[in-house]
Amino acid sequence: MPVIRVDGQDYEVEAGGNLLETCLELGMDLPYFCWHPAMGSIGACRQCAVVQYQNEEDTRGRIVMACMTPVTEGAIIDLTGDRAAAFRRTVVESLMVDHPHDCPVCAEGGECHLQDMTVMTGHRDRHYRGTKKTYRNQYLGPLIHHEMNRCITCYRCTRFYRDYAGGTDLAALAAHDHVYFGRHREGTLESPFAGDLVEVCPTGVFTDKSLVHDYTRKWDLQSAPSVCTGCGVGCNTLPGERYGRLKRIHNRYNDEVNGYFLCDRGRFGGNHVNDAPRIDYPARREADGRFRALDQAACQAQLADCIAGKRLAGIGSPRAGLEANLLLQRLVGAERFNSGMDDGEHKLLQRSLSHLVNSAARNPSHRDIESADAVLVLGEDLTQVAARTALALRQSVRNEAYRLAAELKLAPWQDAAIRNLAQDRRSPLHIVSAGSTDLDDVAAGHYRLVADDQARLAAQIAAAIDGEPSGDAAVLRIRDDLLAAQRPLVISGASAGSAALLDGAAAIANALARAGREAMLSFTTPECNSLGQALLCRDSHASFESLEASGAEVLIILENDLLRRLSPERVEALRERIPIWIGIDSLETGTLAYCDLVLPAAAFTETEASFVSQEGRAQRAFPVHPPAEARRPGWQWLLALARAAGNTALVALEHFDDIVPTLAGEDPVLQGVMRAAPDHQFRSRGLKIPRQPHRYSGRTAMAADVSVHEPRLSEDRDSALAYSMEGSAAADRPAALLSYVWSPGWNSNQSLHKFQADIGGALRGDSGGARLLDELTMPAVAEAPRPEAFRRRDGQWLLQGRHHLFGSDELSRLSAGPAERAGRAHLYLHPNDAQSLGLAEGDGVTLEGCALELRIDASQVPGSAGYAVGYPETLALRSGQWVPLSVASDWQRPPQVIGSDREAAS
Amino acid sequence: MSELPLTRNVRADRSPTDLAAYEANGGYGGLRRAMAGLAPGDCLDIVKDSGLRGRGGAGFPTGMKWSFVPMENVSPGHKYLICNADEMEPGTFKDRLLLECDPHQLIEGMILAAYTIGADVAYIFIRAEYLKAAQLLREAIAEAKAKNYLGRDILGSGYHLEMHVHASAGRYICGEETALISSLEGKRANPRAKPPFPQVSGLWGRPTIVNNVETLCNIPHIIERGPEWFQGLGLGGDAGTKLYGVSGRVKNPGCWELPIGTPVREILEDRAGGMEDGYQLRGFLPGGGSTDFLVDEHLDLAMDYETIGKAGSRMGTGTMIILDDRTCPVGFVKNLIEFFAQESCGFCTPCRDGLPWNAQVLDDIEQGRGQLEDMDTLEQHVSYIGAIGNTHCALAPGAMEPLQSALKYFRDDFLRHIEERTCPYREVH
Repeated sequence: MPVIRVDGQDYEVEAGGNLLETCLELGMDLPYFCWHPAMGSIGACRQCAVVQYQNEEDTRGRIVMACMTPVTEGAIIDLTGDRAAAFRRTVVESLMVDHPHDCPVCAEGGECHLQDMTVMTGHRDRHYRGTKKTYRNQYLGPLIHHEMNRCITCYRCTRFYRDYAGGTDLAALAAHDHVYFGRHREGTLESPFAGDLVEVCPTGVFTDKSLVHDYTRKWDLQSAPSVCTGCGVGCNTLPGERYGRLKRIHNRYNDEVNGYFLCDRGRFGGNHVNDAPRIDYPARREADGRFRALDQAACQAQLADCIAGKRLAGIGSPRAGLEANLLLQRLVGAERFNSGMDDGEHKLLQRSLSHLVNSAARNPSHRDIESADAVLVLGEDLTQVAARTALALRQSVRNEAYRLAAELKLAPWQDAAIRNLAQDRRSPLHIVSAGSTDLDDVAAGHYRLVADDQARLAAQIAAAIDGEPSGDAAVLRIRDDLLAAQRPLVISGASAGSAALLDGAAAIANALARAGREAMLSFTTPECNSLGQALLCRDSHASFESLEASGAEVLIILENDLLRRLSPERVEALRERIPIWIGIDSLETGTLAYCDLVLPAAAFTETEASFVSQEGRAQRAFPVHPPAEARRPGWQWLLALARAAGNTALVALEHFDDIVPTLAGEDPVLQGVMRAAPDHQFRSRGLKIPRQPHRYSGRTAMAADVSVHEPRLSEDRDSALAYSMEGSAAADRPAALLSYVWSPGWNSNQSLHKFQADIGGALRGDSGGARLLDELTMPAVAEAPRPEAFRRRDGQWLLQGRHHLFGSDELSRLSAGPAERAGRAHLYLHPNDAQSLGLAEGDGVTLEGCALELRIDASQVPGSAGYAVGYPETLALRSGQWVPLSVASDWQRPPQVIGSDREAAS
Repeated sequence: MSELPLTRNVRADRSPTDLAAYEANGGYGGLRRAMAGLAPGDCLDIVKDSGLRGRGGAGFPTGMKWSFVPMENVSPGHKYLICNADEMEPGTFKDRLLLECDPHQLIEGMILAAYTIGADVAYIFIRAEYLKAAQLLREAIAEAKAKNYLGRDILGSGYHLEMHVHASAGRYICGEETALISSLEGKRANPRAKPPFPQVSGLWGRPTIVNNVETLCNIPHIIERGPEWFQGLGLGGDAGTKLYGVSGRVKNPGCWELPIGTPVREILEDRAGGMEDGYQLRGFLPGGGSTDFLVDEHLDLAMDYETIGKAGSRMGTGTMIILDDRTCPVGFVKNLIEFFAQESCGFCTPCRDGLPWNAQVLDDIEQGRGQLEDMDTLEQHVSYIGAIGNTHCALAPGAMEPLQSALKYFRDDFLRHIEERTCPYREVH
């Protein structure tokens, strides 16, 4: 390891890095703007200047940019000396020439990297006497607020948006001291990662619109480690709360999962806790059909009344934590417990699980995915289903660039140089899907097939890897690219609804492993705890049909809107067979209208829960704030129900942490969930870990409109976190308990490097989460029958679901911003099919009793029809269904909204 | 008068030399010689031995630059030669003469350069306003192609070369070789950090040489006549001839080919005819708008890279801008700084935000709003912006050169502005 000298002191450091990250890793404070740990160096801001000396005799030295200077043996640099410091001070003074100094009204204030760096450089007195430039801000959609005057032109936004995330509609426009970062005209930022600009921007140019409109000073936010409930990826998040409202969701770094970035469904989709109708009190439905709120005693009585001595059945939920589901399963008995999914989805998940467990290929984390040097995606539009995984794939295709760079001895952090060198040379990514996907722009090949044909192609590729001859050019091309790779990756999932496709994906990965490759196999899962439910129900799962015949007298439904999975008729039928329904939910879903007793559950920001991600990683979400009103975490309601039912096995449970050890006794995999986070007895330096930063203000006053007495602090008996500013916020606290990042002088999220041993590596308190599948054994599943090749039918169209990042999931569309992004559901037809039906773009099409607006899309397989999955108007549609299409009568074409109308409206 | 190869086809009326006339005067002789029997390595040795240095401003030895292009074990793909004809340096108009009067000379030089480095595609990146030159070049390329000087299997040598003319989008920074490459790729014309150098990773990430028009125009003559002949053309330590230009209040502003190392006084007095009546010389920028001022005492210096460098400036493009005694030096420098501030690509902080700040300070001083502490600000900025390495590319350090030397030679003018709270040159006009 090379030794470098900084300010006269020798340090042994890692080879291959640059001086900036090395100095930061050594714990030094060296200001910077344009460098980003995930995006490398470009040398634009000139902020991280140090003086480097050629050798011991060199007394003059020269100013170099630390971020652009590789670590070399014997390097001598001066970081704190006057010359370097004066240069850095002048850089900040130049940057501030046009800055509006509007910190008091800026949403970034207090967590602003520009503020931190300005203070760090010591710049104070302003010498510039000219006028400041001003810019016109743009409307950038419902999620992001734009304030260009604050810009310091570090180019991080466009580097992230375009280079890292593949967006096209944000650019650096104009030149010299008028560089403008925006769209070429006003309009919604289209990238599914636009929200990351909020964290990537070192100042307040791009801010979170929901925070701007419901503003709280950032140091006044209470936050706790959480896990995104938007999809199955399990990104780590840091929701921030004040006055009982969710104010924002920030990324919570996890080097194995989401790194530094979240997708916009995750960042903005959590606002449903504010925006959607919530339930605050338990209620009983009266004879007139209306609900009457119950006080605590009445509720207790009702619970006993409803379930004592009754035969119980339960429907769990893939969006609820594993603990609550486990409780419900034990309360009603596994044979009368449905995981919350219909039988088809359950079986596909079991199949995925079995393949992951029995394959020789590795089930990869995102870090592994980013290292893949060839990728095959089967049947998934990943950007819409598991957006963060798609972002990881965008990085994996760059491995060819890093290989080329290594030939020229360019370090991986030389970002601009490597992009210029590689241009569009990428590691191969092949995408087999029913329509165009958002990754097509970086794909070496895309193959548009309906699900059955996707499965057939997958089987052929697997056979070709095993040496079977093939005359199909696509098969050969994909085979050759996968075999040419060292670390090929196959990604599929249940979105296409095809068991044969899952088999095909596993067969390819297994064939690659047999061929000696470090193969990887990954399956997406639809919801935050889908895989947890699959694990919980791997031995026993009661289908909805079997619940009907179970003879149960009471059905307990945990955080599940059955109407998203069953037709109203099926729900009615189930309702007729089971006389008493108890619904536990945080949201006012349609299902609650069928219930006799409704219990208000805490939302994800108010309860502790473990979720199992698509990687099989169990991760713990902690409550950010105590539940308001009579809301209680789902698991507490279930304990209350257990007591009311007189269930002796469950009444002894007291803490959240008791649930898994007690109830998962003989199941080592479920027991592994306990490794996801330290339990409630954990203490850091003898103290609990605070949720509030020490700068948190107004604690004694914030409830003064209700009572002038300081409210008693809420106690958190179930975790090692405290609803308080007091406690230990040591940098080495476990990653799973990192409730906020802050370090002296580093108030923004850039302080993260103070919590990492190596920049971009694991947190000092480890990565967080526990991989469960490595210890799981499961029987192999019988191969699904190979489907027939697709043949179009006269007058009928094969439905193929299309997923949308905003709109296809249950929760994000309940948040105002994402709901606006979701828009309305569409039907997609190939131009020839549209023409044969006499339909034009924007016309109405009727199918299965619903009318959808037509989008003409050349990527749609002729003879098939795409539809937007998960929208209220398309809940009755299923992928693989054959349907006739007809022109909708009395269809009103949607108004043509042109940009200037939107501007006028906003 | 010694031999002047570059302008031998330049006619008094500046009408273009077509292919027939070019050939009649020995044109494409260098190419024929090379194609008949010189290997690329031979050509490289000849150019190296000739001592030719880049005529675009930096004066880097051309042969050495070419030698960095990987010739063996290079991964399959194109290599590129780019002619930098984006002549936008303030006060500079020498390449235009060569482009408009003798396009085939450039094309022949480019073919030879491309042959030497093994490039199969060549671009002429030309200033957008040089419409006439661009049209002439396109016609000349077609003529050369018809004669098999370009295209497949040039003169039966087995060597192929395509050549294209690309009009610049009109920014000064496009003349910076890596910004030029970015621009040619269709990206923002931002310079690139080096290493990697374009010789290794240039256009589309492939090995690329960017040379100035005048540099490339020397190549046919060097190949045809040999390095000793070329070295014999210069007066001092440098080899060859140079196009020198003079603009400002002189009797006969213009551009002339002279032996490199011709004394400044000879250029100024014999060629440019001396100062206009009623005007005295205060100073001059020897090599375009981004070089340091020199003054009276430097008039007898030889215009070559070494001598001018030792005097504290740069020969740059060799085209002088004259500051006379009736022009305000503060206004003169402000005008230049404003130009460079305007032409900053906006990538790095000292250039993007520092140059306009200097322009603002200079404006304040010129308008009589200056304060004494402004002198400190300017001095501080000279070291902040003016040092190569402090900024991303050489634009801003170049921009600061006139300012830095003006503070040295014309300090009293700055102070008079501040003290008198007005521009002392105003009443003169």
